[in-house]
Amino acid sequence: MSIDKFVTLESTAIPMPIENVDTDQIIPARFLKATTREGFGENLFRDWRYDKGGSKIPGFVLNDSKYSGKILVGGKNFGSGSSREHAAWAIYDHGFKVVVSSFFADIFKANALNNGLLPVQVSDAFLSKLFSEIEKNPQTKIKVDLENQTITILSTGESEKFDINKYKKTCLLNGYDDIDYLLSMKDKIEVFEKTR
Amino acid sequence: MSKKTLFDKVWDSHVVSQVEEGPSVLYIDRHLVHEVTSPQAFAGLDKRGIKVFRPGQTFATPDHNVPTKDQHLTIHDELSRSQVEKLTQNCQNHGVTLFGLNHPYQGVVHVVGPELGITLPGSTMVCGDSHTSTHGAFGAVAFGVGTSEVEMVLATQCIMQPKPKKMKIEVNGTLGKGVTAKDIALYIISKITTAGGTGYFIEYTGSAITNLTMEGRMTLCNLSIESGARGGMIAPDETTFSYVKGREYAPKGADWDKALAYWKTLKTDDGAEFDKVYNFDAADITPMITYGTNPGMGIKITESIPSGADLADTNKNTFMKALQYMGLEGGTKMVGRKVDYVFLGSCTNGRIEDFRAFASFVKGKRKAADTVVWLVPGSKQVEKQCKDEGIDKILEEAGFELRQPGCSACLAMNDDKVPEGKYAVATSNRNFEGRQGPGSRTFLASPLTAAAAAVTGVITDPRELL
Repeated sequence: MSIDKFVTLESTAIPMPIENVDTDQIIPARFLKATTREGFGENLFRDWRYDKGGSKIPGFVLNDSKYSGKILVGGKNFGSGSSREHAAWAIYDHGFKVVVSSFFADIFKANALNNGLLPVQVSDAFLSKLFSEIEKNPQTKIKVDLENQTITILSTGESEKFDINKYKKTCLLNGYDDIDYLLSMKDKIEVFEKTR
Repeated sequence: MSKKTLFDKVWDSHVVSQVEEGPSVLYIDRHLVHEVTSPQAFAGLDKRGIKVFRPGQTFATPDHNVPTKDQHLTIHDELSRSQVEKLTQNCQNHGVTLFGLNHPYQGVVHVVGPELGITLPGSTMVCGDSHTSTHGAFGAVAFGVGTSEVEMVLATQCIMQPKPKKMKIEVNGTLGKGVTAKDIALYIISKITTAGGTGYFIEYTGSAITNLTMEGRMTLCNLSIESGARGGMIAPDETTFSYVKGREYAPKGADWDKALAYWKTLKTDDGAEFDKVYNFDAADITPMITYGTNPGMGIKITESIPSGADLADTNKNTFMKALQYMGLEGGTKMVGRKVDYVFLGSCTNGRIEDFRAFASFVKGKRKAADTVVWLVPGSKQVEKQCKDEGIDKILEEAGFELRQPGCSACLAMNDDKVPEGKYAVATSNRNFEGRQGPGSRTFLASPLTAAAAAVTGVITDPRELL
């Protein structure tokens, strides 16, 4: 079992300049009843995207035809709240490969990385820049380069480095997952248990 | 030897190995499982053709989806039923202990773990649920994980985790009348915000903390995640030991003596360093209530809602969006607002102490006629205790009814949904948009404030009726 490899991505982006986007908004609890990982994209941001009757709510970015792309740019403190991995599954299932914010909640970040969805943490200034460039021109291309740990606004050439720990970077570049790594350590784990 | 914090002591003793410039391989002593975040993890094991590595260290119970009425009948919601059935099958296939629906130990995972002595000082504990931080009340390193990590623990009893930074929150002094652990937590989160704890593991210290009961400590640690912190813990002491002693899965006899001797060493060394320290005075804390759509948007119950005028533009948009969702205006009072629903329960405030507090408050009073009140015990054992202590009778006499255990209206995965536009005072942990049902509006507060609203039908300072 493995995750999809991530090396570089060039794409337009969808801006969502809202702070503290919690995982209950990303995927409301009533849609967590499946027993498989697939199909959660359909209900991504359900209550912001659709009204009670199931009609699209105009004005919400995912319903706005001028925006498209595989990069979601969110406000500060993205992914707070519940530990539901379904949030990362829903974003990935919808077609996003990267989420950009100036701050991520811990559990969301870990869940994203475990599913090949790259969280890119940028400065507040760069985030504002991203929002204004994308809103000015929705065709703005953003390049995310994992090897060099950079995110670049291609039209202006503005770029910023982002952090990721070396282990997780290797996993994403190669499509490795943690479970394979841990299973390969079973002997060591058994030795550890005997010392306790 | 370098000086260590309580957190360092517990974490470091569970590191199997350290990945260079990467996470620790952390050994997990106890693993709790529920029906919503586990099916994909068990499916992952089945796909790999492997069994649960240490089935004796995982305990399961259905809680998120279950009805809180007529639990003896089949669950009518097909998807909920299928998740609960899947949990039963998975536990059977893998030899995991299950406290299924109608079992005398069933309940909300974070209520069940402590009351059975599954939660122990100095242990590491995870669950596919962010409120696993609850168990930190015992001096355990306990935190919520995603489903991939649930699968890791099932497969290897380990997860890969970078070690968080350390924060100390010290609260000294005596709490005033009508002020509870819930108020301490809401007060702290209102000060440090919902992102203030992100990247940290908290240790709570100070006289206002050590004077809390175990139930109070659990409420406080439970809400650590609402400040963004992965977990929060309190050094174990005599209060902890006497709570744990004699519980079903707690060590007994010579094992107890040995464990106790070790647990007594679990405190932060003098001079050990924290990355961040906060100090609060218990005298500044009053009954709290939230007005917005995250748990950091809380005020003293007697205060007015902030206007947001002093916020920067990006924050202001978020703030105004929250007030608009809540149908509230800045500068107005919370006290006196109509309350349509009251919810007592959840892993935050669904323990026996919470029911005792609610019952003693409403004793001799009457339920407000127009307010729907859901009283949902955190577990079958809490339900039984309510009956044994006559709490159910007090509640009935005041016009209330006790329901059956589950997560219920905390996240409204079952039928306990607050309708669109309606206001609820809830003792649970999140006031996010739609958390208690699509369009629902939640005010988070303590069991006493919930009780005050339940008898008056409006937001009321509980101190006025004590």
